[in-house]
Amino acid sequence: MSELAITVIGRDRPGIVADVAEALARLGANLTDSTMTRLRGQFAMTLICAGPAVAEAEAALAPLAADGRLLATVRAVVPDAEQAPNGTPYVLAVHGADRMGIVAAMTRVLAEAGGNVTDLSTRLAGALYVVLAEVELPPGGVEQVTTRLAATAAELGVEVTLRPADPDLL
Amino acid sequence: MNRAESAGLGDWTLDVLGPPGQVRPVVCAPAAVLSRAGDEVDPTAEQTVRLAADLVATMRVSPGCVGLAAPQIGVGARVFAVDVTGHPKTGTGHGAFVLCNAVVVEASRWKAGREGCMSVPDLTGDVKRAGHLVVEGALPGTGAMVRLVTDAFEARALQHEIDHCSGLLFLDRVAGAHAVYQRKVYL
Repeated sequence: MSELAITVIGRDRPGIVADVAEALARLGANLTDSTMTRLRGQFAMTLICAGPAVAEAEAALAPLAADGRLLATVRAVVPDAEQAPNGTPYVLAVHGADRMGIVAAMTRVLAEAGGNVTDLSTRLAGALYVVLAEVELPPGGVEQVTTRLAATAAELGVEVTLRPADPDLL
Repeated sequence: MNRAESAGLGDWTLDVLGPPGQVRPVVCAPAAVLSRAGDEVDPTAEQTVRLAADLVATMRVSPGCVGLAAPQIGVGARVFAVDVTGHPKTGTGHGAFVLCNAVVVEASRWKAGREGCMSVPDLTGDVKRAGHLVVEGALPGTGAMVRLVTDAFEARALQHEIDHCSGLLFLDRVAGAHAVYQRKVYL
């Protein structure tokens, strides 16, 4: 079965999720993983669905995008087998005065250490900028990553903490 | 640190602090003082007693405020005020008090819960905190060492304030990438 990666973004209003989900449901598309959230007044949907062909999904979403208020993209993706975690999960928290390049600099440190960001969100609240990331780090070398993150944070004038993510298994 | 002389606050009350303190402006992140570990203080020093009174006065006039630490009024010192009296999530409560140089000596029954902070007024976050806590610290004025055994909301408040004294915000402890929220309700 084919899988589609779909993004929809536009100025938030009531009914975006219902409109998009209905259009896909009419095609028999099955929504699997998705995130849908409001980012400073824009509503952003990123989702994977299984079933329809690219052209069908594009045609179904076209009327929603016709007035220019929503932008929708559709692409076919190859379904992955369930991936085993590629390391140990950590939570990175960064906060400080907003300035250019915080996400770029901090994630570069993670990437150079072989770390894989699996989830990330940022918030700008007044003058305060907050970055929260979940990252899988390869075994060993966490101390070195922590040191390098601290050095980069000091250059940027922001605060950083890197802690093991400890899921509660019940 | 000396061993605690007694469990609980003994006969200490806010009266020990003398006349009401001054209401001080609350510092918001990003601010360097919030991310620096505070200095230990002499709990019997007049300056510490004034600071304690100011913390209580500022906490009292801030709606919904159940705790305030010295860095939040711009002072890098290990002093904080707490009063969770009447809060619906409170179990054990010691009323209104101020602690100096407090440390956590036992923590267990970890539980996630949502927290806000006067110094991070626009955001809240899910933070795991111990639901059973033993804290030792000194009371301002008398300098008596106390050992407080508490739980539930007072335990959470104490951990939040002790973190402030160590230069940490709740943002440093949130559970994951989606555990911070825009604040929707302001008290």
